[in-house]
Amino acid sequence: MSIDQNTAAKVAKLARIKVDEDALPALAQEFNNILSFIEQLNEVDVEGVEPMTSVTPMRLKRRKDIVTDGGMAKTVMSNAPDAREGFFAVPKVVE
Amino acid sequence: MTDLNKMTLADARNNLRAGEITSVELTEACLDAIDDSGALNAFVHHTPELALDQAKAADARIAEGDAPSMCGLPLGIKDLFCTKGVPSQAASRILEGFRPEYESTVSQNLFDAGAVMLGKLNMDEFAMGSSNETSVYGDVVNPWKVDDRNLTPGGSSGGSAAAVAADLCLAATGTDTGGSIRQPAAFTGITGIKPTYGRCSRWGIIAFASSLDQAGPMTKSVRDAAIMLETMCGHDPKDSTSADLAVPNFEAMLTGDIRGKVIGIPKEYRMDGMPADIETLWADGTAMLKAAGAEIRDISLPHTKYALPAYYVVAPAEASSNLARYDGVRYGHRATLEAGDGITEMYEKTRAQGFGHEVQSRVMIGTYVLSAGFYDAYYNRARKVRALIKKDFEDVFNAGVDAILTPATPSSAFALGEMADADPVQMYLNDVFTVTVNLAGLPGISVPAGVDSKGLPLGLQLIGKPWDEGDLLNTAYALENAAGFVAKPQKWW
Repeated sequence: MSIDQNTAAKVAKLARIKVDEDALPALAQEFNNILSFIEQLNEVDVEGVEPMTSVTPMRLKRRKDIVTDGGMAKTVMSNAPDAREGFFAVPKVVE
Repeated sequence: MTDLNKMTLADARNNLRAGEITSVELTEACLDAIDDSGALNAFVHHTPELALDQAKAADARIAEGDAPSMCGLPLGIKDLFCTKGVPSQAASRILEGFRPEYESTVSQNLFDAGAVMLGKLNMDEFAMGSSNETSVYGDVVNPWKVDDRNLTPGGSSGGSAAAVAADLCLAATGTDTGGSIRQPAAFTGITGIKPTYGRCSRWGIIAFASSLDQAGPMTKSVRDAAIMLETMCGHDPKDSTSADLAVPNFEAMLTGDIRGKVIGIPKEYRMDGMPADIETLWADGTAMLKAAGAEIRDISLPHTKYALPAYYVVAPAEASSNLARYDGVRYGHRATLEAGDGITEMYEKTRAQGFGHEVQSRVMIGTYVLSAGFYDAYYNRARKVRALIKKDFEDVFNAGVDAILTPATPSSAFALGEMADADPVQMYLNDVFTVTVNLAGLPGISVPAGVDSKGLPLGLQLIGKPWDEGDLLNTAYALENAAGFVAKPQKWW
């Protein structure tokens, strides 16, 4: 499988990373190098193998669905690049 | 007493308990060594005031007879650990200025036991790298040097490795996703253990690939690794994959007696073009364990070859998901916007400016392998191969093997910049012996075992059974005793 510039641009868009037009050929080439390395996985017979879901067999613990923490809006926002009146501020998203 | 910073954790602990030294003296010795170590670029955020406050508190605890193992011992903390009020930015520009409002469970466990934090340690950005050259803080330099070239300390825990090898701290925390504790430990002549997945809580450790990440200690000896690991471990309700298992007294398990233990030597780790120094080291290590009474058995781990390709699907996939949170809204860097820019431009510009090249590349590869139409071909296939790799290990352990001996790295430390023009895949090969262990969730330890023909340190890796760190540490202890590695880098910095 080979990635062309259009696919590279589409992946960059999906990942929400701005990539300049003139950087796309090199990016596509880099993806192709890595993907051709990954292609080796096609040599493995995986017929009937279940995909691994858990590293160590364990049952996830359950707990009551109750509030155990909170009421610290100031703390939560202390690192925000732009916080105003108890909200995170972002560019206008609704006209 | 001079050179307190050169002590091991065990010696310092014993001297503290005996009242021979104080934590303040020990901490001051380390702070002086750090002040004199700018050329290594290992410590990137310094916390001397916090360190001296913690040291005074530790001295008071010791005076009262309440001295847990780590009490009063000065450590460096990898920048990947969130430390309350202290910059924690995973060596990334995107977390510039971030000061967590909380403490990671592992660092909290260490502080509860009285440990002292000297500062934060350099690393590869988001732990993605094997040479510590992807950091926003610049490269870390290996204290080991044999000519005029600056060498890499390895990565991603390169700052931790350099700091311990150069005696800037008694020990350091590291994290290991594909070899990031064991490879730098090998490159700098120190000990590093990655415990079983689930031993250490991941809570408050900035996530790279959640099904692979584990924290562990980087130390000057196997005994120190046992002491520090025990304090770092433990069940944590805040990490749903943290194991609810009792943590044994690892240090008490260090008897050095490995008679009758079965050590597996996997044939797939003997690679074409492996340097003769590595071959010799591996053979020597095998002979040492045999001489100590272990039974040596040739084994096969048939899917070894596919570990790196599987890793380079699973790790970027998880990273692309984990790193989606860096959007310029809640913390860290936000790009300056131009008139008319909307929220999508804010995300795209912020992430383009905030992430370095390697991180951008992996996030995009991860996005691609998870995207519609490719999920089965790449991601699901990689997860199936991962299941087979894990089964390889289960089969040999079920057949009676207690631990597996391999080289830790395919070479000794290389020069900074040497791989700059290489294909990224060449850099990935650094982790060829370590990455299988993360995929299978097993404990692995790198022990310094000799030097190569250039005089640079080399490490051997021992891989253990799940939750069997105590037994693994004991085998490592026997290997350490037999290898008698005592070389230290000559101070040039």
